[in-house]
Amino acid sequence: MSDLRYLESFRDPEIGRSLLASLGTLARRLPRTPVRIMEFCGGHTHAFHRFGLLELLPPEIRMVHGPGCPVCVLPKGRIDAAIDLSLEKGAVLATYGDVLRVPGSHAMTLMKARARGGEIKTVISAMEALALAETHPDRDVVFFAIGFETTTPPTAAVILEAKRRGLRNFSVFANHVLTPSAMEAILSGTSLDGIIGPSHVSTVIGTRPYDFVARIHKVPLVVAGFEPLDILLALRMLLSQIAEGRSEVENEYARAVAPEGNPRSLELISRVFERAPAFEWRGLGLLPQSGLAIREEFGFFDAQRRFSIEVGHVSDPGICECGDILKGVKGPRDCRIFGTICTPDTPVGACMVSSEGACAAVFHYGDREGAVS
Amino acid sequence: MSGGRGSTGPRLDLEKGCVEMVHGSGGRASCQLVEEIFLPAFDNPWLRKEGDQAQLDLSEGRWAMSTDSFVISPVFFPGGDIGSLAVHGTVNDLAMGGALPLYLTAGFVLEEGFPLADLVRIARSMGEAARSCGVSVVAGDTKVVERGKGDGIYINTAGIGRIPPGVNLDPSGIRPGDALLLSGPVGDHGASVLAARENWGLATSLCSDSAPLHGLVGAMVESGPGLVCLRDPTRGGVAATLNEWARLSGLSFEIEEAGLPIRPEVKGVSELLGIDPLYLANEGRLLAVCRPEAADTLLRAMRNHPAGREAVSLGRVGRGHPNFPSGSVRMKTLMGGTRTVDWLLGDPLPRIC
Repeated sequence: MSDLRYLESFRDPEIGRSLLASLGTLARRLPRTPVRIMEFCGGHTHAFHRFGLLELLPPEIRMVHGPGCPVCVLPKGRIDAAIDLSLEKGAVLATYGDVLRVPGSHAMTLMKARARGGEIKTVISAMEALALAETHPDRDVVFFAIGFETTTPPTAAVILEAKRRGLRNFSVFANHVLTPSAMEAILSGTSLDGIIGPSHVSTVIGTRPYDFVARIHKVPLVVAGFEPLDILLALRMLLSQIAEGRSEVENEYARAVAPEGNPRSLELISRVFERAPAFEWRGLGLLPQSGLAIREEFGFFDAQRRFSIEVGHVSDPGICECGDILKGVKGPRDCRIFGTICTPDTPVGACMVSSEGACAAVFHYGDREGAVS
Repeated sequence: MSGGRGSTGPRLDLEKGCVEMVHGSGGRASCQLVEEIFLPAFDNPWLRKEGDQAQLDLSEGRWAMSTDSFVISPVFFPGGDIGSLAVHGTVNDLAMGGALPLYLTAGFVLEEGFPLADLVRIARSMGEAARSCGVSVVAGDTKVVERGKGDGIYINTAGIGRIPPGVNLDPSGIRPGDALLLSGPVGDHGASVLAARENWGLATSLCSDSAPLHGLVGAMVESGPGLVCLRDPTRGGVAATLNEWARLSGLSFEIEEAGLPIRPEVKGVSELLGIDPLYLANEGRLLAVCRPEAADTLLRAMRNHPAGREAVSLGRVGRGHPNFPSGSVRMKTLMGGTRTVDWLLGDPLPRIC
C-alpha cells in the first residue's frame, strides 16, 4: 500500500489512449463485425463503467456482461435456507456484506431477517466468522460461505482450523461454485467471439481450466487484471486472435496468474471439498458438477448436514430478467423493470443488488437512459 | 449539567473506574460525574451556574442553529476522537451557513462499564476543541444505559451561531456556469477511521482531517462577492454533497477525476477495501459553489488560510440534461470517458462519524 505508483502505472491515460488507438486499427481488420466479447467477471463489468471505458471502445466491439458475480448466481432457495437458519434454527449467521440485501422468496432478505431478530453478522473474512464462534461459545455460528474459486480456499482453511481447534459450535453453509462450469453453460447457449477471463479466480485455478473454451468452442479467451490498462490490453489480444483466426487461451495478467494456478490454494480446496453432483445457479439453472460440497471427513462442520438444510427450487418473479442478463442474452437496459421498478434501493433481482452485478454497474455509473452499455 | 454540589464521598477513580448505572441516576453520583469530569473540561460562566438551562444574551440579526449526533467506532482514531469530532461537526454545520458559531450544548449517552479514563480524555479533547473554535459548551446532559445497550459512548451536540449581516449562502442560487471549489484532499477521515477499526487490522500513516472550518469560511466570505453556497461533505462524501446540490438545482455538476486530490494512503485503503474515495466521509473539508468570475479570488483566499491550503478547482455547474430531470453528477475519468457519480451504492459504511 505504501507504493501506489505500482497501481497508478496500470491507469496511465497516455498508454490507455495508445491502446485504444490500436484497438481501432485492429477492429478494421476483423473478418466480421460487430464482435461480441463477454467480460465474465462482475469485477470487470464494474471496471468498464467506473473507468468510463465502454464509450471509448471502437463501435465494432460489443461488450456482453457475464455471470461472474457470486451473489447474483446464488438462487433464492439458498437465501431462504440462510434466513431459515437464522430465524427458525437460531444460529448466528456470519456472512459477507453483499448477501444481506439479496431478495429470497417474498422479497425477504437477510437484512430484514436481522431486523426481525435474527443474529446476522457481516464479516470481511472467513477467519472473522471463526473468531465469532470462539467469542460466542454458547451459540451455533454458521458461516454462510459464497463465491467462486477465489473465496473457496479461505473457507477450506477455516474448516481445517476449526477442526484443529476442536470447535464444536462452528459450521459452514457452503455455496461455492466453479467458474469453468458456468462458462461451459454460457457457451452452449450464447454466441460469443471472445471472453475476458476472470482475474482473481484465475490466480487460484490458473489458465488451464479454460482450455476447453478455445479448443472445443473455438472462442479466444484472455485472462485479464482489473485495471483499465489490463482490460484494454486484453481486448487488443482478443482482437488480434479474432483478426488472425486463432482461438487460444492467453494470459494478460501474468503478474498474478500462473498457468497451473496456486497449488497451495488448490490443495486446500481439494482437501476439504468435493464436487457436488449438481448445483442450481440463478439464471443458468441446474448445472452438473458445478458446485462444491464439504467432504464426509469434515461433515461435522457442514451446516447442511448439521441442520438438515433442504434447499428448494424457487423461481424468480416473472418480471425479473436477471436470468437472461446473467447468460449474456440480454443487457441490463433490455430488462423491462431496469431503473424503474428495480433500482439499487428497491432491487427485484440480484444483478441490481450486488456491487458486482451488471445492472448495479449500469445504474450506478451510466446514464439513466441513453448511450452507455 | 444540572445538579447541586452534593458529593462529599470519595472522589471518582478517574484512572481505573468506569461508568456505572448510578452515574445516570440524577442523584449524587451524576452530580459527581459532572463536577469532576465535565465542569473542569468545559469550564465557563454558564456551566458554573449549574442551572437547568443556560441564559444567553443574543444580539439582533439572523442566527443559525444545528444539531448532530456522533456514534463513531472506534471513539479514538488518528487525528481526533469522538469528543473533538462532536465539536467540529456542529461548528462546521453552522459555518456552512456562514455563521460564526458561539454556543454548543452536549448530550452524552454512556454505556455502563465505559472507562472513566476514556471519558476524561474525550471530555478534555472536547473542551480543547471548543476553546480553539471560540465556542462555549453552555449546557449538557448525561444518560447511562445498561451494558450491551450502547457502544461505549454516543454524543449529541447542538449549536447556534450568528450570521454576519449581508451573508446569504443558499444553494437555491446555484446557476449554470458556476464554479465548484474543494478545500483539500478527500477521504482522509473516512479512510483513517476505517483503517483504525481494530478488526480490519490495517496499519497506515493516515490521519483524519477533523478540523473546524468557520475560520476558512470567514476568510472566503471576506474575499469578496460571488460565493453562492457551501457544504461540508461528511457522511456520503463528496458524491453525496454534489448529488444533493444537483437534485436541489436540477442542474448537472461536472467534475474531472484528474483534478480530484486524494492522498496516496487514502487511495491505498480505498483500493484495498473496494471503496470509492468520493464516498468517504470528510470532517475538515468544504465544497463551495461560486460565480465563475469570483473563482480565482476565492481559491487564493482559501489557499491563504491553513484549513484550505490544498484547495482546488474541482469542476463546474452545467445545464441540466434530458436524461437527468432531477440533476446529475458526471465525472470525466482519467482514461477520458465520462461516467455518472451516483449516490452511495449498496450498504452504508460502518459508523464513521
